[in-house]
Amino acid sequence: MTIQFNDETFRDDYTFRNSDWAIKRFPFPFHEDSYMYSVNMEQHRGGPEGSVFEKRFDVDEHYISEMRDRAIVLAEDPLRCQSLPHMTLAGWDLLELIMVSKSEDYPDLFELHRNGDKWRWINKPLGIDDTFTFMDDASLPYGPMEYITRQAQGDFAVLDQRENNLWMDAGMVTTQADWSLDFDIGMNFFEWHAPVPRAHEMGVFKRALKFLLNIQQGSPARRLNWTMTVNPLLDTSPENYHKWGVQKTSLMPENIGRKQHLRVELQTFYRLPRSNALVFPIRCYLIALDDLVTVPKWGRRLHRVIRDLPEDLATYKGFIRNRPMILDYLSQYDDGKPTSPGIWPDLETEPPLEK
Amino acid sequence: MSRFTFPPSIPSRPVYGTLAPREAAQHLMVADAEGAEALLDLAAAAPEIMAKAHVIYIPRNAGEALVEKLRATGPDILHVSPSYLASVPRLRRVLSDTVMGAQVYLAGTEGLIGQAMNEALQAGIPLAAIQTEHRGSVARRVQCVHCKGITEDVMTDPFVCSHCGLNLFVRDHYSRRLAAFQGVCIDAEDPGEVPEPVELYK
Ligand code: HEM
Repeated sequence: MTIQFNDETFRDDYTFRNSDWAIKRFPFPFHEDSYMYSVNMEQHRGGPEGSVFEKRFDVDEHYISEMRDRAIVLAEDPLRCQSLPHMTLAGWDLLELIMVSKSEDYPDLFELHRNGDKWRWINKPLGIDDTFTFMDDASLPYGPMEYITRQAQGDFAVLDQRENNLWMDAGMVTTQADWSLDFDIGMNFFEWHAPVPRAHEMGVFKRALKFLLNIQQGSPARRLNWTMTVNPLLDTSPENYHKWGVQKTSLMPENIGRKQHLRVELQTFYRLPRSNALVFPIRCYLIALDDLVTVPKWGRRLHRVIRDLPEDLATYKGFIRNRPMILDYLSQYDDGKPTSPGIWPDLETEPPLEK
Repeated sequence: MSRFTFPPSIPSRPVYGTLAPREAAQHLMVADAEGAEALLDLAAAAPEIMAKAHVIYIPRNAGEALVEKLRATGPDILHVSPSYLASVPRLRRVLSDTVMGAQVYLAGTEGLIGQAMNEALQAGIPLAAIQTEHRGSVARRVQCVHCKGITEDVMTDPFVCSHCGLNLFVRDHYSRRLAAFQGVCIDAEDPGEVPEPVELYK
C-alpha cells in the first residue's frame, strides 16, 4: 500500500494522530494478561503482512514528521548524537544496512544505486537525492551514522563488542524513554542497565547479553519494551525532564483517554559486517488510550497488566502517580471476559465489550 | 575514622578496595585529603616500594600533618598540588612515561579516584594495574543531566546545580567517562516542592 504521511507534531500542540491503519497494526506488547521482565527475544524474520514486524526497518505514516522532530531535538542539543572515534566504520555498516534494507523493502520510496564505491541514495519522502563515496566521510554532510539515522525512525544505539561485553560507543537518541546517551556513552551492558529494578537479580541481563554476543550477521533478533507517556511526546529525555515532567500533572479524567499514551519500543538487534558491532534500533510507537481501547482485547488486557504491575516497575516506568487515574479509565473497558493468547487484536474472534 | 562502608548499590556505581602493595619497577600514587592515610597504610605494609614511588598529593582541607607523614615514608618523588585540576598536566606527563607493569594507586574522594582513573586508562594503563581505595569525604561529583555542568563535592541530596541553579536529586547511576554521578531535577513534576536537603548517607 502507499503510505499517506501525516503532517503532525510531537510537541507543543501535539497534533500527532494514528490512523485506523496505524491503530490496527500497533505493536501491542502483552501476549498475556500480566507482565514481568524476561528475556523476551525472538528472531526478526519478518511477520504478518502489514504488521510492524514485516520489514527490516518499518516506515509508517509518522515518518516525515518524526524526522522533523529529530532535527529539532538535534538543533537544540547536538549531544543526542555521538560516536566515539573508533565507531566510524560501524557507522558505515549501519548506513549500508539501512539503505539496502529500505531500498529493497520500499522500492517506491527509496532507491540505492551502487557503482563501485560511488553510491546514489534517493529518499523520496524526505526529498533527498545524494551521491557520495562509500567509506569516505568527507563525501557526506554528516558522519555516516548521523546521516542515515536522520532519515530513519527510532533511536539507534551502536554497540562495540569486546571483552565479552557490549559497549555503547555510539548512538542517535532523540525518542528515548528517559535515558541519556550523553551520560551512558562508553558504558557496558550491565552499567547502562544499572537503574533497571529486579532484572539484574532475576538474571535477565546475564542471559540477554549472552544471546546478544552470539547474534550472527543476517540473523537479526527483536523484542518489545513498553512504558507510559503523557502526551505524544517523542523526546522524553532526562535532559528535558525539567520541562516535560510537569505534563504528567495535566492528566484529568476528562482528558486521560486522549493524553495518556502507551509507548512501545520495537527493539531489533543486527550484527554489522565490517566492524562486528551490534546495532540496536529502538523504534518508538505511541497510541492514545482512546485509540487502544477500540480493540476490545487490548482494553481488557492493558487494564489487567497495569493493575497488577508491581509497584517498583510502575515507579521505574514513571507512571506511579497517575496509575489510579489510568486504572479508573481502563476499568471501563474490562468486562472480565477471558482474552485470547498472543499480541494480535483478534478483532473478528474476540467478543465485543459487554459493559 | 576515614573509612566508610558504602551500602550495596546498582551495577554502574563504582566499588573501591583496599590498596595492597604489588611488585613493580614503578609506583604512581595519587591521593587527596584523607586518601593520604591509605598511602601511609600501604607504605607501612611495604616500606620498600616507596623508594620507587611518585606521589601526587592534594591535601585539600586535611592540613600539613599528612604531608609530613607522607614525606617521612621516603617516596622517590612527592609532589603536593593545591587542587586536582592543577595536578592534571603533571599527572598526564608522569603517566605518559610509566614503564611496563607500573602500578597505580588512587586514594581519597570519589571525584579524585574517578578522574585520575580516567587519566590512567587513557594513558594505556591496564585496569588490572590500577587499585583504588576510598577515604574521607563521601561527597560526590555530580553532572547535571539538564545543563551538563559538573558540581564538585556535592554533600547533600537534593542540591542546587552550581551551573544552572536547578534543584537536583543525586542518583547512584554513574558514568566512568565523566567520573560523575547523575543529577536530575527533583521538582519537575511539582515545581517549587523541593524537599529539605539531607546529607548523603545520613
Ligand atoms: C544491546 C542493546 C540494548 C541497549 C542499548 C539497551 C539499552 C537500555 C537502556 C538505555 C535502558 C534504560 C536504562 C535506564 O533506566 O537508564 C534499558 C532498559 C531496559 N532494558 Fe535494555 N538495552 C539493550 C538490550 C536489552 C535486552 C536484550 C534486554 C532483554 C531482556 C533488555 C532489557 C531491558 C529492560 C527490562 C529495561 C527496563 C525497561 C522498562 O522497564 O521500561 N535490554 N535498556
